[in-house]
Amino acid sequence: MSLWRGVAIAVLLLVVGVSAAAPWLAPAGYARQYREAASASPSRAHWLGTDEIGRDRFARVLYGTRISLLLAPAAALLSTLLAALVGGLAGYLGGAWARAGMAVTDLFLALPWLFLLITVRAMMPLNVSPMISVLVTFLLLGLLGWTSAARVLCAAAGSLRNSDYVRQARASGIPAARLFWVHVLPNLKPVLYAQFWISIPAFILSEANLGILGLGVAEPMPSWGSLLKELEGLVSVGTEPWKFVPLALLVVVVTSFQLVLSKQEDEVAA
Amino acid sequence: MKYAKAMVVALLCCLFVPGLAAAQSGGELHFCLRSEPKTFDPLKVEDDSSMAIRYLTGGVLVRMNRQTQALEPELALSWEVSKDGKQIRFKLRGGVSFSDGTPFSAEDVAYTVQQLMDPALHSATGDAFRSGPGNVETKIISPTQISITFPAPVAGLDRQFDQVAILSAHSAKKEMAVLGPFMVADYKPGATVLLKRNPNYWKSDAQGRKLPYLDSIQLDVQPNRDVEMLRFKRGEIDLINALDSEYFDKLAATSPQLVHDAGPSLDSEQMWFNQVAKAPLAQYKKNWFRSAAFRRAISEAINRNDLSRVVFLGHAQPAVGPVSPANKFWFNARLKAETYSPDAALKALQREGFRLENGALKDHDGNEVVFSIITNAGNKYRERMATMIQEDLGKIGMHVNVVTLDFPSLIERMTQTFDYEAILLGLTNVGLDPNEQMNVWLSSSENHQWNPQEKTPETAWEAEIDRLMRAQASSADAGKRKEAFDRVQEIVFEQAPFIYLVNRNSLSAVAASVVGASPVILAPQTYWNVDRLMVK
Repeated sequence: MSLWRGVAIAVLLLVVGVSAAAPWLAPAGYARQYREAASASPSRAHWLGTDEIGRDRFARVLYGTRISLLLAPAAALLSTLLAALVGGLAGYLGGAWARAGMAVTDLFLALPWLFLLITVRAMMPLNVSPMISVLVTFLLLGLLGWTSAARVLCAAAGSLRNSDYVRQARASGIPAARLFWVHVLPNLKPVLYAQFWISIPAFILSEANLGILGLGVAEPMPSWGSLLKELEGLVSVGTEPWKFVPLALLVVVVTSFQLVLSKQEDEVAA
Repeated sequence: MKYAKAMVVALLCCLFVPGLAAAQSGGELHFCLRSEPKTFDPLKVEDDSSMAIRYLTGGVLVRMNRQTQALEPELALSWEVSKDGKQIRFKLRGGVSFSDGTPFSAEDVAYTVQQLMDPALHSATGDAFRSGPGNVETKIISPTQISITFPAPVAGLDRQFDQVAILSAHSAKKEMAVLGPFMVADYKPGATVLLKRNPNYWKSDAQGRKLPYLDSIQLDVQPNRDVEMLRFKRGEIDLINALDSEYFDKLAATSPQLVHDAGPSLDSEQMWFNQVAKAPLAQYKKNWFRSAAFRRAISEAINRNDLSRVVFLGHAQPAVGPVSPANKFWFNARLKAETYSPDAALKALQREGFRLENGALKDHDGNEVVFSIITNAGNKYRERMATMIQEDLGKIGMHVNVVTLDFPSLIERMTQTFDYEAILLGLTNVGLDPNEQMNVWLSSSENHQWNPQEKTPETAWEAEIDRLMRAQASSADAGKRKEAFDRVQEIVFEQAPFIYLVNRNSLSAVAASVVGASPVILAPQTYWNVDRLMVK
């Protein structure tokens, strides 16, 4: 393990540990409005100051981290499974199946997913709790985010389909379904792992982008996206550096994920 | 002797010509339009950018002084409205020419009015004059006198002419021949509009110098407020109208002399509940929303002072009703903003059968009070207000979900499907006269937002508002109109179909190089006296 990879894992563990301890570190919660101290600078009472309506920024960063870090891997898992199903099967079956599978993938890739998400949000019932809105947002990200991974998996499964051991297994009469689940899918694991790890930062950034557009996680629940909205407009690094903490955290976490998953990529390449 | 005379003339030229030249050269004013102007035809104006160009280039018969809110003569020397409010007679200024040299006469006024009232034109400006079926008659009495007769009384008839820029009946340049202080000289779509001084503008200052002082105005199309602000800070533009409170405070921190808070504007932020009978909502929710006691309790439970202080950084005032205190004549001064009192709100709800159980408010059938407030995504002020209202109402046990939707989806729910519970939006008022709010208050109107297009008024108080609004619209007596509209404001306060939240202050910024600016609350805030502005 390289030094940087070790540091990255330590950072991720630290972030996960601190955000898990949010109820103890920020007992007042993320929604309480200290209206007399709105837009306050950091102080002993509010370590990262308060936002525009007086909510403790430190508490919101902790709780927002929990949400983004919990649900982004869940969405990544969903999208990786879908990619395995569509891409893996299309590559394994080959021929017209592969062409049909990739045509569906291309269709999904061509969809203007941002507008799709806006439309889906507009069609959703209005009285959903913030937690449901969070789940729906990440579910949608997971359901729509499998396409690129499906293409990679289709290519990988296609090469496995023509490998000697699969030909031999097929020749010895192993049923197609068993061949796929027992012999092909396990050999796609390195690619699946890599796609899973790659998807996590992508989904964190996607949620952040949706948050900036006013979609995604509903008030008063925080997420990295809603925290980054504070940086809209003329925020100065020189005068209000504490407002950049969520951005810095996002960069650190995404970079750490990249460093960790580079190992997976190396394995795939090998 | 001849030599001496020549010397005197030469000396006078040396003394006065440079001075005169300096007085005439007022420099170039530079500011931003927030969108592309959709038209240069003053009769077709609907958007803010086209309205700005109309103000800068159009010559009007009468002009409302944006500072005093009084009507002043412009191309009309005097005017007289008939007692029945149907006819207006203008005596026009003589010796005036359009920017291309075409002389101005009563014929141009008649032509403009006929064009304006042509139903095929669909003029929003013309709609203000349409009070009944029938045609408008114009009678040219002389080249400087005209009478215009409308088929039905038009309330505030003379004031409506503030928006009517006179077109030339004869000029080959059509709407590009203008009577205002400036004329369009160049237009680069998506980039700039260049206005040059109208050489034939009729006004002069007290010293007899021809107006306007400015040589030109460059308007840059710039939708991004951040870029507009940065350009102002860099000195690339000279003024900003309708500044955001955050930007105002940032600028005030470094250059307090450049920012101006003119006090509450005509604009209001408000929320309302869906009272549409056919709305796809549970019946018990419809019962809540149609209860005045419920709506008043919500109004009492909202801390408007906090909304003004926290969301708008103090650059807003708790709103009272449909008319802002900025509207000096029409505001009902007897009304005061609802006092914040969650305890009183809870007691009022308890009197209506609601009860608080384990921190949650329930109606007499045991339904928990849960509803959503929609606002448009991307409007940070409204999002913050909705979140603060969410917490305020949480204190009386209500569970509020804040939903931000893209604007088209919101409008669809508001006007087509009626699939919403409460909406938080703002209203931009450009006119002072209550007639301009007719489309909101008449129960049959499409813009009667809480329950549009009622076939007959569904409540007694809506019927009363209809009656009062029609009465004020058909009266030419300002006192009687005021009395009727005061009562409308009282009914709106009592029934709370709209829960008015705040009136935002009119904030602007003017560079130190601009001489003669005195920002006001009415649009265009910073350049309402554009013909007397100079850039050093």
